[in-house]
Amino acid sequence: MAFWIASSPHNHQQSETSALMRMVIYATIPGIFAQWYFFGWGNLIHISLAIITALVAEFTVLSLRNKKITAQLFDGSAILTAVLLGISLPALAPWWITIIGSLFAIIVVKQLYGGLGHNPFNPAMAAYVMLLISFPVQMTLWQPPLSLLAMDIQLSDTFSVIFTGYTPQGYSVEQIRTHIDGFTMATPLDTVKTNLTQGLTVVESMQAPTIGKHFGLGWEWINAGFLLGGLFLLSKKAIHWTTPLSFLSSLFVCSFIAFIISPDSSASTMFHWFTGATMLGAFFILTDPVSGATSVKGRLVFGALAGLLVYLIRKFGGYPDAVAFAVLLCNMAAPLIDQYTRPRTYGHNLGAKK
Amino acid sequence: MKINPEYKELAWQGLWKNNPGLVQLLGLCPLLAVTSTVVNALGLGIATMFVLICSNATVSAIRHWVPKEIRIPIFVLIIAAFVTCVQLLMNAYTYGLYQSLGIFLPLIVTNCAIIGRAEAYASKNPIKQASFDGLMMGLGFLAVLVILGAIREILGQGTLFDGANLLLGAWATDLKIQVYQLDSQFLLAILPPGAFIAMGFLIAGKNAIDHKIAQAKPKKLEQAIERVRVNFES
Repeated sequence: MAFWIASSPHNHQQSETSALMRMVIYATIPGIFAQWYFFGWGNLIHISLAIITALVAEFTVLSLRNKKITAQLFDGSAILTAVLLGISLPALAPWWITIIGSLFAIIVVKQLYGGLGHNPFNPAMAAYVMLLISFPVQMTLWQPPLSLLAMDIQLSDTFSVIFTGYTPQGYSVEQIRTHIDGFTMATPLDTVKTNLTQGLTVVESMQAPTIGKHFGLGWEWINAGFLLGGLFLLSKKAIHWTTPLSFLSSLFVCSFIAFIISPDSSASTMFHWFTGATMLGAFFILTDPVSGATSVKGRLVFGALAGLLVYLIRKFGGYPDAVAFAVLLCNMAAPLIDQYTRPRTYGHNLGAKK
Repeated sequence: MKINPEYKELAWQGLWKNNPGLVQLLGLCPLLAVTSTVVNALGLGIATMFVLICSNATVSAIRHWVPKEIRIPIFVLIIAAFVTCVQLLMNAYTYGLYQSLGIFLPLIVTNCAIIGRAEAYASKNPIKQASFDGLMMGLGFLAVLVILGAIREILGQGTLFDGANLLLGAWATDLKIQVYQLDSQFLLAILPPGAFIAMGFLIAGKNAIDHKIAQAKPKKLEQAIERVRVNFES
């Protein structure tokens, strides 16, 4: 009779990829719920369209590559990519935007690079950037919160806008976006940016109807929802605390410095935290284990770089939000960051002194 | 009529096996920059082919008198002379196309495919073969340009041969084919990243075809290797 001696590590974590992915998908629910509550059914329709397309695309590529279809199709990674893409699209974007974006994310960004675990870029964000660059008109049709709309948008109206471009009553997206006083409304970030170019101060922009009481009607609650989901993921140890912390503090520091220097032309730190895709990016996008940095120090650098880039692009760039671009740029920098932040192996010298 | 097997080999090398665009990956800058429409691609492809044929013929004609040490500057001067001819001709006869090709027309001088052929083939072979090699390499390059241009134009604007009148004169306006109606242009296909992605798919397609052909061929018995050929020069 022989003893079977197990080698280290003795403490196993028995969770599989699919369990992790499922948990991340569940964690997006508070944010999606806030999106539904303030902006209507649009994003839910886009999310379901994206999931269907992503599964079909994944199935096609997996069968072409002779992979195990059942195991890889439902590991949740494609569904998670589709969910993240659906969340980030404008609620009233036409249906083909989602289809093209989803196909691009799965086929080109994920599978052509070798599938799950081999993609250098975050598929959802790469697809979002591709869509934003290719279809700037459709991708900037942000819908104002439902409470500001002149008309009541029901589920059937949203369906018909997404699939035909018009509501059953014949209103176009442009008309839906128009305020009852006859001006088109944008996102809080856009509002502040355009007002600054027109010579208004940030304090004056905060009076705009899209901004509401705090930092953006609806947007603050969506971000709070994603923050809640993110904290849930942190408590379950599904993601590491380093990236979100360093990203958020870097964004905080950058916007704080700018606010100190010129309070009239810079939005407040909390405005940067609670508008746009900040919390989604911090907890769900940047923490992607495949396309991010790996070591603790590397993740701190990675998150800080992303925060700096988000601030710079929001402040000086021409696009509605900066998270997707910042994420892609950081994905490119991740291998380099990894090389220079390699952890010291136990027992080896500090640095390479000869 | 019996075709010289050397010409056959040259054609095979230029059009498929050693294609300057897909295999040698030479001259990528114009290849990716100007192929947003078929007509632009056709214009640049024809210009490049013309320069390639003429420079190959000239280099081959003077190959006995060129000192080895200064051959590269001489080749470049010859190529630049022909590029200037092409540029002036296009300026005179197809001014619209000349304008839309812009800097990439004079940049044909720096196209590595041309100096590569001058150095690797034309400077060692008689005029007839050298100019035929130039024609075949030019045709291979032209074909890649046109295919890439067609893919990007269809995806980007849903048309084919848009602006053919710039190249062929006013009658060619009718050549424009509306493949499908787009509400908005697919900008990615028109921008340079789209060119890189489409190029990647083209190369992948060629490799897949090669792989299929290699699999379909009955396997020959392994022969003992007598000498190693480093690159194709014959």
